[in-house]
Amino acid sequence: MKNQMATRFRFGDEIFKGISRENPTFRLVLGMCPSLAISTSVINALGMGVAATFVLLGSNIMVSLIRNFTPAKVRIPVFIIIISTFVTIADLSLEAFTPDLHKALGIFIPLIVVNCIILARAEAFASREPVFYSIADALGMGAGFTLALTLIASIREALGNGTVLGYPVFGAHFDPAVIMILAPGAFLTIGLLIGLMNHLGRKP
Amino acid sequence: MEKVIVIFFSVVLINNFILSRFLGLCPFLGVSKESKAALSMGIAVTFVMTMASLVTWFFFHFFLVPYQLEFLQTIVFILVIATFVQFVEMVIAKTSPLLQEALGIYLPLITTNCAVLGVSLLNVKEGYNLLETLVNGFGGGVGFTMAILIMASIRERLELCDVPQCMRGFPIAFVITSMMAFAFFGFQGFFSK
Repeated sequence: MKNQMATRFRFGDEIFKGISRENPTFRLVLGMCPSLAISTSVINALGMGVAATFVLLGSNIMVSLIRNFTPAKVRIPVFIIIISTFVTIADLSLEAFTPDLHKALGIFIPLIVVNCIILARAEAFASREPVFYSIADALGMGAGFTLALTLIASIREALGNGTVLGYPVFGAHFDPAVIMILAPGAFLTIGLLIGLMNHLGRKP
Repeated sequence: MEKVIVIFFSVVLINNFILSRFLGLCPFLGVSKESKAALSMGIAVTFVMTMASLVTWFFFHFFLVPYQLEFLQTIVFILVIATFVQFVEMVIAKTSPLLQEALGIYLPLITTNCAVLGVSLLNVKEGYNLLETLVNGFGGGVGFTMAILIMASIRERLELCDVPQCMRGFPIAFVITSMMAFAFFGFQGFFSK
């Protein structure tokens, strides 16, 4: 009974870890390229977050399943093949079911392959831990990544276009600052957000 | 010929891989603390981007297209790039110890640089021919080197500045990049007639 409680506690803790104290975007500063490139609108951010979470979940499960008989020397190529297989599945599914989103995300879907978050989790977590906890880790990291993307995208879409998810958030007199949905706005938003997180997370 | 020149300048100045396409940010932020290391990284990336463009172009047009396997391009490209980087590393270690010392640990890291895979995918997406592919890869590398060198020079000066505690490291680097991207906006519309 006590053992079961401990298992459940650890499962929850692995999920929570990815969202807060080891948040891939704000704490570990991994996977920056997609976070900046596709955070121009909230819908793109959600799409990217879901696609990355799917790949993370699939690759973590597979890597964890084969962890005991993968030779250490060839583990990185093996991980890359597993990851790129799931990325191809995600790419083709998005193209079939949501062509508009697929077009908006462009080459950043195939580029999930080289997203450091996914390889880092396969190497640092899934290749050492059982499947059960690897699932928790993938869900937590995926949720953390999606939340971070959505936060950046909400700020940029609200200031740069005056909308969130397509709905106007400011009055009719709001004059959007287009620069926020262009490249400089992306760098500025994420820089200030990480600075804010550092400030809030600092030990008093 | 005119098209090739336009491709080169637009990939260096207007569609710069870092400042407007957001590709290759990890090495850009990680290796831009001092300009000597930044220059080595830039040269290594330029070399690998050019060669990877060439190799993936051949693979795509002589292997994937004839067998109608275009949907496998992500898997094939990443494997080709990883193998190629490994191969280059071995050749350099055998032939030129001087170059190996200059590139050091940066070569293996480049496999997971999204600018390399990104340029290969973009070449295919834009339907470039062999010369245009080479110019796009090389120009992308030159643009990367330029951006990382400017960044490293600014960060060296920044060592002497009093940056607020919470903005040190990554946050201030992002804010500087934002200013650089802003400045490069000046080149927008350079080639539109």
